[in-house]
Amino acid sequence: MKFAVLVFPGSNCDIDCYKAVESTIGQSVDYVWHTATDLSAYDAIIVPGGFSYGDYLRCGAIAQFANVMNEVKKAAEQGKYVLGICNGFQILTEAGLLPGALIRNNGLKFRCHSTNLEVVNAATPFTNQYAEGDIIDIPIAHGEGNYYCDDETLAELKANNQIVFRYACDTNPNGSVENIAGISNKAGNVVGMMPHPERAVNQLLGSEDGKGMFTSILNAWREQHGAAVNG
Amino acid sequence: MAQQLTAKEPTADQIADQRIYTQFGVTDHEYELICGFLGRKPNYTEIGVFSVMWSEHCSYKNSKPILKKFPVTGPRVLMGPGEGAGIVDIGDNQAVVFKIESHNHPSAVEPYQGAATGVGGIIRDIFSMGARPVALLNSLRFGNLASERVKYLFEHVVGGIAGYGNCIGIPTVAGEVMFDESYEGNPLVNAMCVGLIDHDKIQRGVAKGVGNPVFYVGPATGRDGIHGATFASVELSEESEEKRTAVQVGDPFMEKLVMEATLELINSGIVLGIQDMGAAGLTCSSAEMASKAGNGLELYLDEVPQRETGMTPYEMMLSESQERMLFVVEPQHEEQAKEIFDRWGIICAKVGKVTDDGRLRLFHKGEEVADMPVTALVDECPVYNKPSAEPAYYRENADVDSSDFAEITDLNGALEKVLASPTVASKEWVYNQYDYMVRTATAVQPGSDAAVVLIDGTRKALAMTTDCNGRYVYLDPEVGGRIAVAEAARNIVCSGAEPLAITDNLNFGNPEKPEVFWQLEKSADGMSEACIKLDTPVIGGNVSLYNENAKGAIYPTPVIGMVGLVHDHDHITTQGFKNEGDVIVLIGDTKAEFGGSELQYVLNGAPSGRPPAIDLEIEKKVQDAVLGAIQKGLVASAHDLSEGGIAAALAESCISGGIGAEVALSSELRADHLLFSESQSRILLSAKPELADKLIAWLGEQGVAHAAIGTVKGNALTINVNGKTGINSPVQQLEKVWKDAIPCLMK
Repeated sequence: MKFAVLVFPGSNCDIDCYKAVESTIGQSVDYVWHTATDLSAYDAIIVPGGFSYGDYLRCGAIAQFANVMNEVKKAAEQGKYVLGICNGFQILTEAGLLPGALIRNNGLKFRCHSTNLEVVNAATPFTNQYAEGDIIDIPIAHGEGNYYCDDETLAELKANNQIVFRYACDTNPNGSVENIAGISNKAGNVVGMMPHPERAVNQLLGSEDGKGMFTSILNAWREQHGAAVNG
Repeated sequence: MAQQLTAKEPTADQIADQRIYTQFGVTDHEYELICGFLGRKPNYTEIGVFSVMWSEHCSYKNSKPILKKFPVTGPRVLMGPGEGAGIVDIGDNQAVVFKIESHNHPSAVEPYQGAATGVGGIIRDIFSMGARPVALLNSLRFGNLASERVKYLFEHVVGGIAGYGNCIGIPTVAGEVMFDESYEGNPLVNAMCVGLIDHDKIQRGVAKGVGNPVFYVGPATGRDGIHGATFASVELSEESEEKRTAVQVGDPFMEKLVMEATLELINSGIVLGIQDMGAAGLTCSSAEMASKAGNGLELYLDEVPQRETGMTPYEMMLSESQERMLFVVEPQHEEQAKEIFDRWGIICAKVGKVTDDGRLRLFHKGEEVADMPVTALVDECPVYNKPSAEPAYYRENADVDSSDFAEITDLNGALEKVLASPTVASKEWVYNQYDYMVRTATAVQPGSDAAVVLIDGTRKALAMTTDCNGRYVYLDPEVGGRIAVAEAARNIVCSGAEPLAITDNLNFGNPEKPEVFWQLEKSADGMSEACIKLDTPVIGGNVSLYNENAKGAIYPTPVIGMVGLVHDHDHITTQGFKNEGDVIVLIGDTKAEFGGSELQYVLNGAPSGRPPAIDLEIEKKVQDAVLGAIQKGLVASAHDLSEGGIAAALAESCISGGIGAEVALSSELRADHLLFSESQSRILLSAKPELADKLIAWLGEQGVAHAAIGTVKGNALTINVNGKTGINSPVQQLEKVWKDAIPCLMK
């Protein structure tokens, strides 16, 4: 299986995502520059965190126009796995690959700390190693992670089981609608989340609860390719 | 030579006749010297260049005699003071690069940008050495947090640090914040950066090879920050608000691109010399690079990328626009260098060439506009041995017994007051605004004695901390200087690391006042003694003088930034108690010492008496014994005793661990003295019950005073003193007081 980690000017979690793929599932992974015009070699695309183009405008508002985003859209249509983390989530909403928007945290400050996430949908290619209702320890680090969508979209997200993660029991750090921390598209192959699973893959750093996301992706890919594995 | 290009600039004669140079901080005597070096009167551009090069900030003219006192060498030191940052060997062909720098005056008038550009500047110092920055730290001082102005400064300084560090993607892993009226109106904002480098990648800021081209990279030059270095070298005053234009504006996104491109350029192996444009911008970087190579430099100012129209040579040379670098390559590598910067979308312009005449010559619109000897700029600034005098307050304090206060009977209440004092209280409100986890290597997060950052691909890690108690230094600069270094080392040791070296930031008042110069001298003596005894040389640093407010000089605050090496990540130790039943051991002796203590501040609001005494022999023994015990795997938690004494330390270990403790102390001291004294060389350890005997035996062999004082247990902290209940409080209650203090004040 082959992963791409996108690099925009200002991406700063690209190295962490790259290392997480290597250390958790040992699959092949490349950094792919924002100017790339072909992603056909890749099975999964990670849009990493950071401050693409400085994010002096709305977060992700400029990155959505990068050449590589056309390819990300194509890959998403083809059913490939696309995971947007933090700024990556913001970029995916700006690019229209995921509904809703990320606005400023309700406390108006950047917040960095570990959070407890509830796995709401364990049936996605990104969460199949968890059980529904699992509480996992994954850190956040963002100033604009307050997920917002209108009532109609919210109803749709619920009807289609598109809410993947929620901040557990009254720990909502940013004011997001219904404690939403991560969502998927309708098909389930595109997921965006504010918390950083790539920061939770080493017990020395405090948590390994994010490992399951990477093993889930590999598992889903193998299932699709007739070679499912456990764990 | 064309003396003037714009009508508004005074002529060389006008500068002389009207003594215009004094506006730039140049004295009559210095002006005479400059005329001597030039063989004529300097024009406006030249006097501008000389004035910044000869400012305290760039020349250290007042502090050089002080800096000479510091031990700067050691078997591990690969590069000491003089370059962008110092470098220490950590084995396996790797080295750690670090430096601290102040941005006090800019932060006093424009806190967000002042602090942000302080962070940006220190990061450039690290990557211009060829190192990958891996962590940021800071050391902050503000006035009393009850004041609205202080809240504003605190909020925006923290915001600026967060804004820059978070965006560029370097974790802010540790720091310290203290509040005291002494820093009212003149906050201290010191930023430190730590980087990693392979030995063969180390760069120097030298303009090598006559005829080689000189390149400018980074954003275009504007009129921001003109005379920033001069501004930093005078006292703040009512008029400082007008100097807001001397404060630069930071762009962390730009710096991220410049950093990645520069590291790529350095890794390509073609760079001969590179230096960042920090204080005094193009002036300082070009003059220093030429000086270090013993060469000269020509700059063609029309080629300098400009953000504004009609900029004069004076403005271009003195601008402190941010995120800019200067480097030299051989002519055949020009294209390769340009391609790298093109790919990152960064301007890269050839602006000059290396010459052999030892002169800095500037050309603009076809004419030579300045011609100055490089050595005069860099090396010939007069060094002043300022008069020094023991201040009256120091003599008066000799007779003050700091332990002479009415006995406190409500010890629970006193502990809560100390825990709620913003200096001791949890800094979560601060560090939760910093991304301290990016780069996924932060093994010990902010809130313990020192942060620990893993080194990829090895079992090693770096421990790092900043430290200084300005009240101690004020009461006795020599003892306070010793304590600052010793406490930093104690923090490093408590995290499981061997102390390596320090970088220091000397924040003092106006050195022209003999009492301030005395503080400088004495504290440098104390720091040097401790550095020698603890084997932690000074590998670089920064001096920030003229920190004054309406009431006079700030407390002398020589901030220590220290880095240590964790030899194996199994040694990493934190301050929180771990398991029910663990045995608590106190190392060190407690005397009734309250000069400069947190309890004294809470009770009186001002320091008096003498600070706690420190015996460096004992300190060294304690640190060696504790590090040895940690490395032998005998220790579950370790915490240095500092502000608030043993009561605060126990409370912090309970809160961090989320567990209680039952402690019994016996002493001839009064209970309040015993609980809150800040005697030095004390460390709180805990150990698994099955290892406690081994730990105690080891401490005995090492000859350090120690006592098993209790057990990790339950949900409350109880401390009995001589059989009577001293402290008895649920940990949750202590945690609430400790954690809510700053958020409540900031609401």
